Amino acid sequence: MAETVLTNPGHSTARLEGWRGIAADWASDQRAFKNVSWGKAMMWIFLLSDTFIFSCFLLSYMTARMSTTVPWPNPSEVFALNIAGNHIPLILIAIMTFVLISSSGTMAMAVNFGYRRDRVRTAALMLATAAFGATFVGMQAFEWTKLIMEGVRPWGNPWGAPQFGASFFMITGFHGTHVTIGVIFLIAIARKVLRGDFDVERRGFFTSRKGYYEIVEIMGLYWHFVDLVWVFIFAFFYLW
Amino acid sequence: MTNAAVHMEGQLHAPAHGAVATGAVHASGQQHPIKLYLVVWGWLFVLSTCSYLVDYFGLHGYLRWSLILLFMMLKAGLIVAVFMHMAWERLALAYAILLPPIAVLVFVSIMVLESEYTHFLRVLFFATPS
Repeated sequence: MAETVLTNPGHSTARLEGWRGIAADWASDQRAFKNVSWGKAMMWIFLLSDTFIFSCFLLSYMTARMSTTVPWPNPSEVFALNIAGNHIPLILIAIMTFVLISSSGTMAMAVNFGYRRDRVRTAALMLATAAFGATFVGMQAFEWTKLIMEGVRPWGNPWGAPQFGASFFMITGFHGTHVTIGVIFLIAIARKVLRGDFDVERRGFFTSRKGYYEIVEIMGLYWHFVDLVWVFIFAFFYLW
Repeated sequence: MTNAAVHMEGQLHAPAHGAVATGAVHASGQQHPIKLYLVVWGWLFVLSTCSYLVDYFGLHGYLRWSLILLFMMLKAGLIVAVFMHMAWERLALAYAILLPPIAVLVFVSIMVLESEYTHFLRVLFFATPS
């Protein structure tokens, strides 16, 4: 064992699978996550904690909605739009969902091209992802503006239970913040990819560590998580 | 074991798709064919359309809720398994990340009981007497 490579260690030749593998990995020396770098493991653990944050938001929304005696505003009507004279229910949210799913697709392919060391395509796909993300945030800003103009406040709204506004602004606000941070993160990493930082192993400005293409995958984990959270928000807040 | 050996093993990652990994690209880490991502992407579009149609056609009651949950879980599963590569990670990581959220379900059941109790009290004491 000359030197441990922490960035991209592969399978050991004799590594157990299944339940025995779990027991062996967790009982082993030094590291439980054998073929995962610390960066990726930490991103997963961060995402797990973020899962609990969003779970608590959705739970408090559920509690408010279940315990109120006032009728809950119908999201299908609240988020309807008039397009070319047609009244289409929930259409804005549907478009936002498709935009975010598209961004997840481009991100997944960016990760793929990153591991093939295709600099230009990786950066282009990441910038496309960022553009989709920015579009999403823009549509969310439009949605917020529309609802605020119609009189929705965190303490009340014209249609029913006053907790609707508080839940809406809290949940979509936190999600929108995550998307915004993701867009900034994407642009920063795309710049590094395009400049070839990960080909020449240039050291980072803040960390003085060498970067690897794996950061594209770690970035991707964050971005897919943002999409994942939207899946749950879409189901529980908008469709329920 | 030398560094070179470790990197060689990295190429052999992804047992399900190891056979189709092209030899030309020097791949490391998660490497899967683009087609897989496109197929999953297509399914996510289909499932999103389905969940939107649940609202568009105005389905109600248990049919609506079960369909919403079904499409939600399918979408979440596809994203986590394929886009986030959890299907190819070692079980030690997969279980460490995927099991703790089950605790949320316990929390959900506690809060369902709690909010039903609150609702009951509100109906009992605050609802307008008929």
